[in-house]
Amino acid sequence: MSPGGGVDRLGRREEMDFSPRPGPAPFPRMVAAQAAMEARLMLRNGEQLLLAVVIPVIVLVGGVSGAHHVGFHFTHRAVDVFTPGVLALAVMSTSFTSLAIATGFERRYGVIKRLGSSPLPRSGLLAGKVLALLLVEALQIAVLVVVAVILDWQPATGALGGAVPAIVVGTGAFASLGLFVAGVLRAEATLAAANLIYVLLLAAGAVVLPSSSYGAFGHVTTWLPSGALGDAMRQACLHGTVAWRDLGVLVLWAAIGTVLTARTFRWE
Amino acid sequence: MSAPPPEAPASPAVEIDGLVMRYGEKVAVDGLSLTVDRASITAVLGPNGAGKTTTLETAEGYRSPHRGTVRVLDLDPIRDRRALLPRIGVMLQGGGAWSGVRADEMLRHVARLHAHPLDLDALSDRLGLADCGRTPYRRLSGGQQQRLGLAMAVVGRPEIVFVDEPTAGMDPAARRTTWELLAELRDAGVTVVLTTHYMEEAERLADRIHIIDHGRLIASGTPLELTRGGHAATIRLVVTTPFPADAPESLRRSLGDRVEVTLLDAVSIVVTGPADASSLAVVSRWCEDNDVLPESLTLGQRTLEDVFLELTGRELAT
Repeated sequence: MSPGGGVDRLGRREEMDFSPRPGPAPFPRMVAAQAAMEARLMLRNGEQLLLAVVIPVIVLVGGVSGAHHVGFHFTHRAVDVFTPGVLALAVMSTSFTSLAIATGFERRYGVIKRLGSSPLPRSGLLAGKVLALLLVEALQIAVLVVVAVILDWQPATGALGGAVPAIVVGTGAFASLGLFVAGVLRAEATLAAANLIYVLLLAAGAVVLPSSSYGAFGHVTTWLPSGALGDAMRQACLHGTVAWRDLGVLVLWAAIGTVLTARTFRWE
Repeated sequence: MSAPPPEAPASPAVEIDGLVMRYGEKVAVDGLSLTVDRASITAVLGPNGAGKTTTLETAEGYRSPHRGTVRVLDLDPIRDRRALLPRIGVMLQGGGAWSGVRADEMLRHVARLHAHPLDLDALSDRLGLADCGRTPYRRLSGGQQQRLGLAMAVVGRPEIVFVDEPTAGMDPAARRTTWELLAELRDAGVTVVLTTHYMEEAERLADRIHIIDHGRLIASGTPLELTRGGHAATIRLVVTTPFPADAPESLRRSLGDRVEVTLLDAVSIVVTGPADASSLAVVSRWCEDNDVLPESLTLGQRTLEDVFLELTGRELAT
């Protein structure tokens, strides 16, 4: 073994100490790094940004200004009905559609395989993903709340107490379902399926509009994760109360999604 | 083998014993046993599909052995995964990064997962990645992606690095940079395990070579041991028009029983055995007698290519 290995014959190379000094970074630091990375990548992607912010803002502004033209009659002001629904839509787009698409392509590009041989454990990878989702959602909600306030949104007092648990449990439910889709389908199929489901739930899933406005089908939508999250957000923001039944539905979906994902997800 | 010096670690860096790996019916690795010494460069050499990557992936903890045992740094790569992973560095054959991530961002991310990463600027400089740091991964050239993969494998200052076909798709300059880096790692005490189907890479770089084919170990040794063993030299004869069917047999009769004559393809023949200048004269005479016009006739030292050819009857290069 020759010690002078770091020096080039031409003396160009900088001396580097390659001697082994392995070790994982502390777990919280790894999770923070992973979350920051995933959040950055999500926000950098134009299509995802469209899904995350632009579409919800259009739905909010369009819904509020067009509600009485289209003949929607709510028991509350349009902005107070639409805002919690659009916040639910933003949560759904990030924790389901964006997460599924991103994870599908991570599998395809070998990112998950690569990270699988790094010191980051799978629990850390999952924690990083969840944290990244919550980060992006916080930004989305900030933008949407500003727009809503400009439109004279007046949430009920105590809205936060019902909205925060709904967002957290809703994120859990949609994220577990998103990971399930990403784990069983190829990346392109995931892209198509995640977008299709998003559009279907937006149109018929009682996210933005209350389940009561769907007539007979409305009862079915209260059992969908979209309807449960939308109704929970509306109940919190309109009445300032916690929608225990809807939270229960979301917990059920989170459990179903987790079991399905755990049984089928392949990391490669 | 003499006993290791007292200060050397007692156990090998990698110990594979009787490894069997199957994909459905297909046997990818068929009772493979080999060891890798610490602080050495070991090449696993073989043609595409020989089972090199599969073998490496069992050592990296990606796959469970169907039979046999694999130990890395005295740990079980599956059971002791959490303890082992921070100590190893892995370079995959391709991919391993988000398509929209910038090269420097990706390297920084992997560095942050480790307690004592290398200096990123120095490492990027060394691997010629400084100029493409801001470039998204999907726009990097194949060679740049390979070098980034290597950087990610070593940035955590591992005790052992597994590099799978590290220089595939690299230009000669990048290949040389990679070889220098791997040699330097070894000199610093890192164990390097690489797979390759470039015999030149194995011959120039490796302290020890394991040649595998069809999932079996067919030869092991230092480059010198492998090329010196058996026969001293080879004669290669390439002709302008295809050989007659009985050419190998007829040429062997002219040269005597001690040599082996192998038809590589329609127009080239390799003679292995105690070949020397007078054998060249015999071959030349044989060409004249059989109305065969040589395009080239060379006498060369035995290469790993010849070793592989002798052992399998096939060419290594693909």
